[in-house]
Amino acid sequence: MAVSVRIPTILRTYTGGESEVSAEGDTLAAVLDDLDAHYAGIKGRILDEAGALRRFVNVYVGNDDVRFLEDLQTPTPDGVQVSVIPAVAGG
Amino acid sequence: MSTVLHETTTAAASTGSTRKGLREGAFGHARALACRECGHEVELGPSYACPECFGPLEVAYDFPNVTREEIAAGPANIWRYKALLPVPSDIEQSPNTEPGFTRLLQAHNLGRELGIDTLWVKDDSTNPTNSFKDRVVACALSAARELDAKVFACPSTGNLANAVAAAGARAGMKTVVFIPSNLEKPKQVNSAVYTDHLVAVDGNYDDVNKLASEIAGEEEGWAFVNVNVRPFYAEGSKTLGYEIAEQLGWRLPDQVVIPVASGSQLTKVDKAFRELVALGLVEDKPYKVFGAQATGCSPVSVAYKAGTDAIRPVKPDTIAKSLAIGNPADGIYVLDICRRSGGAVEDITDDEVRDGILLLARTEGIFTETAGGTTVGVLKKLVETGQLDPTLETVVINTGMGLKTLDAVADRVGPAATIAPSYDAFVASGVL
Repeated sequence: MAVSVRIPTILRTYTGGESEVSAEGDTLAAVLDDLDAHYAGIKGRILDEAGALRRFVNVYVGNDDVRFLEDLQTPTPDGVQVSVIPAVAGG
Repeated sequence: MSTVLHETTTAAASTGSTRKGLREGAFGHARALACRECGHEVELGPSYACPECFGPLEVAYDFPNVTREEIAAGPANIWRYKALLPVPSDIEQSPNTEPGFTRLLQAHNLGRELGIDTLWVKDDSTNPTNSFKDRVVACALSAARELDAKVFACPSTGNLANAVAAAGARAGMKTVVFIPSNLEKPKQVNSAVYTDHLVAVDGNYDDVNKLASEIAGEEEGWAFVNVNVRPFYAEGSKTLGYEIAEQLGWRLPDQVVIPVASGSQLTKVDKAFRELVALGLVEDKPYKVFGAQATGCSPVSVAYKAGTDAIRPVKPDTIAKSLAIGNPADGIYVLDICRRSGGAVEDITDDEVRDGILLLARTEGIFTETAGGTTVGVLKKLVETGQLDPTLETVVINTGMGLKTLDAVADRVGPAATIAPSYDAFVASGVL
């Protein structure tokens, strides 16, 4: 399953400045593993030491926040867009 | 094309640093941006998330000595506190909306109604666009100018959009405001009157927020007030705390009740009180901080009552739309402050929000928005449940104006009678 992952500015040091990269995996966890295989260390920025999503990062599969889906086990169908976005307080 | 506003995160030197291309003192006495979670510091610039842990970046300062007299000699707006804000010393020379120094009213009638001995209302409905958001936007506009932004922008459903659109107009900057496409017409007009660039997004507020974050990451020269210049923007809320203390005669209240959306305002009022103590401008004393939410979007209140730090995001469902942030970025800090200070976080139903609006209007002549109705309603509940001590001096913050959320009470109020234009009919109506 190839998906497209949008990378936030603060993680582009890992992707050579690329704002969008491809990754493989049928769940978000697998996608993050695949990302880390190509861009070493990036997963540790998105997940905490316990392997959970960091409190201040939001990850979307399509348009949905994975916290409202199945978190790291959220399915990532072929062609879907995954977005990693710092949590933003609104107004 | 601005090169200054392209987000990078360069570690700050220990002496503090500002990115190249900025003038000396662009951010006043600010030293660096520091992560609230892990302490990592980056240089002053358009960054809002820690490159180490994604935690929120906050402005850190090297404050000078500031006296009460210097502040009192300043203008009757937030710039009287400019030495304590991330703004240049010549901030008053730049067109802005000059918000702040709003009234602090002693609420005798509301206090009597609720059984509170000494109650004050900090009334921010009198700001230029009728909400506290003018304060934060003024600071964001200063940052946008110093960073040579070409576009001033925000995602919003209401108060923030109004404040950004108005401030952008006053500053002569291109201003783009993103809103959910299903937003009520009056709210759209309230922003569109100031700008030709109101963009309606097919989606809810969270979708709009996400889009803004994505644009901020891709486009150079854009200053999104609550995204890439958020650290500077958020500091504006400190002025609520400064003013409360100054207007009380340079002392802190015993208790303060503040609405919670993202939680930013509550944390900044607390920060303001602590800064005033550290600077020797007020005497150190204990004070309790209380957070107010509507039950239909109460992730912080739920966590508080459960005794946990884990805030579970929710899908908002409340009339208090300006508080309807289901995943509040500063919620964890609200919990910490309220617990540490001996306060609490409480929530009330939408009907109680409406009751709160009417209660404030009919006791003090202040027409508040749904967020204010939430705060007043929660104040009432806190007294009734024994969580707030009615013998202690209490300040409640009214964040905005009821004309923006007319629908909330439109079906609850109206003519007491419809009569013929005659004196006899009036007498017969029973209104006397």
